[in-house]
This record gives sequence, structure tokens and C-alpha cells, in this order.
Amino acid sequence: MTIHPTSPQFKDNAHRALEDRDLQKALGHVRQAFIAKRAAAAEALPEFEALRDSARDIKQHTLENLDLYIEAWEDKVTAAGGHVHYARDAAEAREAVLDICRRVGARTVTKGKSMISEEIGLNQAIEAAGLVPVETDLGEYIVQLRGEVPSHIIAPAVHLTRDQVEADFRRHHTHLDASRDISSHYSLQAEARGILRERFLAADVGVTGANFLVAETGTSVIVTNEGNGDLTQLLPRVHVVLASIEKLVPTLEDVGQLLRVLARSATGQEMSVYTTLSTGPKRPDDPDGPDEYHVVLIDNGRSSMLGTSFEEMLRCIRCGACMNHCPVYHSVGGHAYGWIYPGPMGAVLTPALIGVETAGHLPNASTFCGRCESVCPVRIPLPKLMRHWREREFERHLQPAAVRGGLGVWGWFASRPKLYRLATGLAMRALSIAGGNRGRFASLPLAKGWTDYRDMPAPQGATFQSQWKNRRAQPKRAA
Amino acid sequence: MSEARDTVLGTIRRSLGVTGREAPRRDAVEGRIAAARPGVIPARGQLPEPARVALFCEKAEASAATVARVASAAEVPGEVARFLRDNNLPATLRRGADPDLAAMPWGGTTIDVTAGPSDGSDINGLSRAFAAVAESGTLALVSGQDNPTSLNFLPDNHIVVVAARDVAGDYEAVLGRVRDRYGKGTMPRTLNFVTGPSRSADIEQTLILGAHGPRRLHIVVVDD
Ligand code: SF4
Repeated sequence: MTIHPTSPQFKDNAHRALEDRDLQKALGHVRQAFIAKRAAAAEALPEFEALRDSARDIKQHTLENLDLYIEAWEDKVTAAGGHVHYARDAAEAREAVLDICRRVGARTVTKGKSMISEEIGLNQAIEAAGLVPVETDLGEYIVQLRGEVPSHIIAPAVHLTRDQVEADFRRHHTHLDASRDISSHYSLQAEARGILRERFLAADVGVTGANFLVAETGTSVIVTNEGNGDLTQLLPRVHVVLASIEKLVPTLEDVGQLLRVLARSATGQEMSVYTTLSTGPKRPDDPDGPDEYHVVLIDNGRSSMLGTSFEEMLRCIRCGACMNHCPVYHSVGGHAYGWIYPGPMGAVLTPALIGVETAGHLPNASTFCGRCESVCPVRIPLPKLMRHWREREFERHLQPAAVRGGLGVWGWFASRPKLYRLATGLAMRALSIAGGNRGRFASLPLAKGWTDYRDMPAPQGATFQSQWKNRRAQPKRAA
Repeated sequence: MSEARDTVLGTIRRSLGVTGREAPRRDAVEGRIAAARPGVIPARGQLPEPARVALFCEKAEASAATVARVASAAEVPGEVARFLRDNNLPATLRRGADPDLAAMPWGGTTIDVTAGPSDGSDINGLSRAFAAVAESGTLALVSGQDNPTSLNFLPDNHIVVVAARDVAGDYEAVLGRVRDRYGKGTMPRTLNFVTGPSRSADIEQTLILGAHGPRRLHIVVVDD
């Protein structure tokens, strides 16, 4: 993991955030900007609540049949001349992108806003390979200049004031006239536009995320207001889409349902400015567009969340409404959460992705006021899922230390079938990666008390429980 | 098949407790893709044509686009000339090979019209929309020689011509037309839904137009 999580220091982070005057000033804009706009947009559409049900059902149905939708989607991508690369974890995803960059001799890589790119630490890997990654979303560009990660999933620089952005531009854009006036929001945006326009035209590879992948047609969908994602994917020779497995939806019509709740929940717009559906590379008679179209389909821990109570988190469409309405987020901002995903969605997702040992404080970053769930467009029961993590942490600490370290943890898990499935599923994945060729482990995060005294054999294949489920799920033969 | 592919699909199946070979699941998935059901369609856009076009214009203006209506295709060049003049823009225009755009009487104006994709040096771009959506004031544009996608994003000012009869009530009606044109399960390389000019609110949540795409979006609705 290239982004080192500071989630274990959540309490310290939060204290620092509360004393940071620039941050507190900037966070005032979250409270003001987002809540009223979402409410007005929801109010203006009588079918909004019915669309939320529809959005929830689409995502839930897709998750329950994810294997089949991925296969159908892959066939269509290939038929349209695109390429699909599977990545089990962050390292494989980075390698897939770098392989493509090396093969085409890329020097500059432009990037549309993508949270999964942050999750896998792609920029650091691109730099380490001697290439130049250029973030092109205005907010992402600003946080890249500052060497930070986004503090919000749709407004990456929401933690900053205009004065801070001006200072950053003066520090980095030293080729421009030092006496220029960039004191207004407009002039700052115009300066970034000018600088990034040159980068767009010079880039060899463009990397975007995806809001949705459509099984019916093999299409990837991006939603932006700036148009940066479009310039990123249109102008370079190669377009690489990074997408995690839960982005699948069955049909174009399903995209229509989700779009109606996405922008309204995010920014209070009825539609974002640009919704772009891309299918494969340039066609024979196309005058523009990329010669190559690739999708790196990333798991990185998600497949093990399926079939557990945390499965519902995979319905998330990354609208940001839960953090926009969260009193804790309003107080401490996104960076206090210590990794990529802040707010209520981060408090549930982060422990699942990087481990509850590292991110166990996050589910406590809640007042359980329930506002997040009340605005979530896909109706994820965020407070309930945070409570699941809390119970798990709480009981872990109730155990005597020696027992807690080893078999006690297992015993506790084993009495909770769903958690046990999650933990063993996650551990199975983590272990098969960590164990490499050796097949044994000298130390394990979850079973320290055990491995202090003996090596643990690396798991092979499926857990007993999932094998049992497999068998039961097979169609019964007619008698 | 790659090892990673097998692992990812294998873990998904283990977690879901399925094999991927269950006939009922396969039928359900195939059936759902084949049916492409529309879901919940807001009543807002379900209007007869005059009211539908009026709603489109109202919604497009609410998204910060400007809208003009003309009675026939022959009037488009005059309206485009007026737009350029009123905004102090140079009398140049870049468009694709779209036959309807090419057939318009540009000779009656002083506009210098050239054809082809944009290389980033064009101030004004002209496109013809495949369709539009009244519900949200959204344009739908498809890639290809007729209307190169680069014209939607690189020029500072984007002028889009749309026929009133191509204004649909909702996205689903447009998707249906895309299916009719390209075939079920097949898409143009790019389908752009565009709702207003480019913008960002990334600095202090203050909305500024013209982030990376066009600063102005001008829509000309042709009524005939
Ligand atoms: S959890 Fe819900 S509200 Fe939060 S980002 Fe995801 S979809 Fe939006």
C-alpha cells in the first residue's frame, strides 16, 4: 500500500483538525453548499424516493449475480475491440497500468478523477516508473500540487481556502508572471485551465475511473462537470479505465435510473454536465478518439465482502451525500479519517479494505444520528454497518489479552457466522497474497498469539463454509 | 485465461455461495439484459411535443446554456452569426461532416466555416445533436465523422443544433433510438450526454463556468 494509512491516529487527527483554522473555514462551505442543494433537488422530483428504491435494487441484484454480469460485460468489451485486465489487488492493478504505459512508450499520463486510482496509489507508482502523472480535475490537481490525497470523494480540495490555492499556484507556476492577479476564483480556475490544456494535448495515456460498467454493451460511464475526464480519454492514444468490480450494472436503462439519483445526491444538480458512455477504441471511420481502450477491473478486497453483512456497502455509487450530511465530517474534514475514503462510507469501507486493526477507530467516528442513511441514494444502512464494526472491536478488547491474540478471536468469530465468513474470506485472500510461494506464515495480524508459537498453514482454496454454501446452492436433481 | 481472472471470479462465487453454472441465475441475468426494462420514469418529461420542447429549453437554460429557436434549418447560419456577434466572438466555426450542417446556407454569412475534428485551436465548434432530453435539458451527441467528439470539448464555445422532433421526454427514449441505430448491445464509441457548459466548484464550492470544456453552450432548436 503506497498510501500509508493514519487511521489508527484518528483521535489525534481529529483534534488537530478541530484546531486548524483554515480547515474550519473551508469546511463551512460543505455545510452551506451541499445540504440545501440536495434537499431542493430531491424535493423537485416526485419520483425521487421511488428512484432510490430502484437504484438500491439494481445494485443489489447486480451484486448477487456479479460473476455473471462481469462475464457478460467482458464479452462485450472484447467484441468492441477493448481489453480487460483483472487485478486481484492494488499491486496487480498498478502493474497492469504500468505495463500498458511501458508498451506504448508513454511519458505523460493524464488522469481524470478516480477514487480507485487513489486507493491503489497509482500516481506514486507512475512517478516511480519515471513517468509524469497529471491530475486534471481542478480539485485533484490542487491536492496533487500539495502532495495530499483528496479530503472528499467528489470535492477533493474542499478542505482548502481560496488563499491557500493561490499560494500553491504561485509556488508551483513559477514560469508565470509573479505580479499577475489570481485573487479571484475565476482567475485561479482560468490559470489551471491554461496549464492543463497543454498537458491534455501532450499526454500519451489517459486514465479515468468509471461510475458504471454496463454488462449489456461493454460500456464504461464517467460523470463529470469539468469535462476533464472527457479530454483525458479522448485525446491520448490510449485510454485506460480503472474500475472496481462493484461498478457493474446490467443495462443502459439501469444507468438511467442511477444517474437520476447520483447528481441530485452529490451536488443537487439534476444531471452532471457531462455523462459519457464509452465503448471500445476509435472505430475505422472515427476522426478522433483513442487507438486502444483498456479496463483494469480491480477487486482489492471487495469479492470477500459479498455474502456478508458488509455486502450492502458495495452498492455505494460514491455520491458523497453521506459525508456532506455528517456532523463528524463537518467538524474534522476528510483527512482525519486517515486514508482515501472519509465520512460514513469510509468508516464502513475502510476497515473492510485495510483491516479493522488499522481502521477500527473509524466506525466510532459517528454520532449515530442517522442522517447518512437517510440521504444515501442506494439506501445503505451505514449506522448499522458501523455498529457491526464497533461490536466487533468492542468485544475484541473485552477478551483477556492472551486469548484475544489467538484462539479467542477465532472462537468469537466462529459464534458469528456472517462475520466469520467475512473474516475468513478476507484472511484467505490476504494470506494467499502474503504467503506467496512459501505457503506458510511466520506472523499473522489476526492470530498473533497463535503464530508466536507455531507457523500457520496457508489456506488452500475455499473455506469450509463457502464450500458448504456452494454445494447447497447447486440445483437439486430431480428425483 | 489469466490467474487473476480465475481468482476474482472464484472468490466472488465462493462468497456468494454459487458456481456460476446455475441455470436459473443465468436465465435471470440473460433475461434482464435482453429486456432492458426502463424502471421508474419521471412524469415530468412525458408531454406532447410542443410542451416537451418548451421544457427542454427551460431546463437547458437552467443549466446555464443559452437557447434559440428557429423555424427552419435555413435560419441556423443567421442565428449562429448573431450569437457570435453578440458575444464578440470571431466569425469562425469548426464542424464535422454532418450532411445537415453542410447543407445549411453558410454563404449568406461572413462566418469562415471549416470541417473536421478539433486540434484544440478552434474558438467555436458546431455540432448536430443525435437527440435531446426534455426532463433535464440534456443533449445527446454521438461520435463519428459527422460530429467529432473533440468538437464537444475543445472549443471555447460550443453551438449545438437539435431538431425539435429529436427532443425526447427521457433518457430511455434516447437509449432506445441508439439501440435502433446501432443494434441491440452495440454502441457508438462515445455517447455524450451534455447538460450545460463546463463548470467547477472545486475552490470553496464557488461555481465557475468553463473549467476544461466549453465556457459557453448555445443550443439552436430547429422547429420544422
Ligand atoms: S454510502 Fe451512500 S451516500 Fe455515501 S457515498 Fe456511497 S452512495 Fe453516496
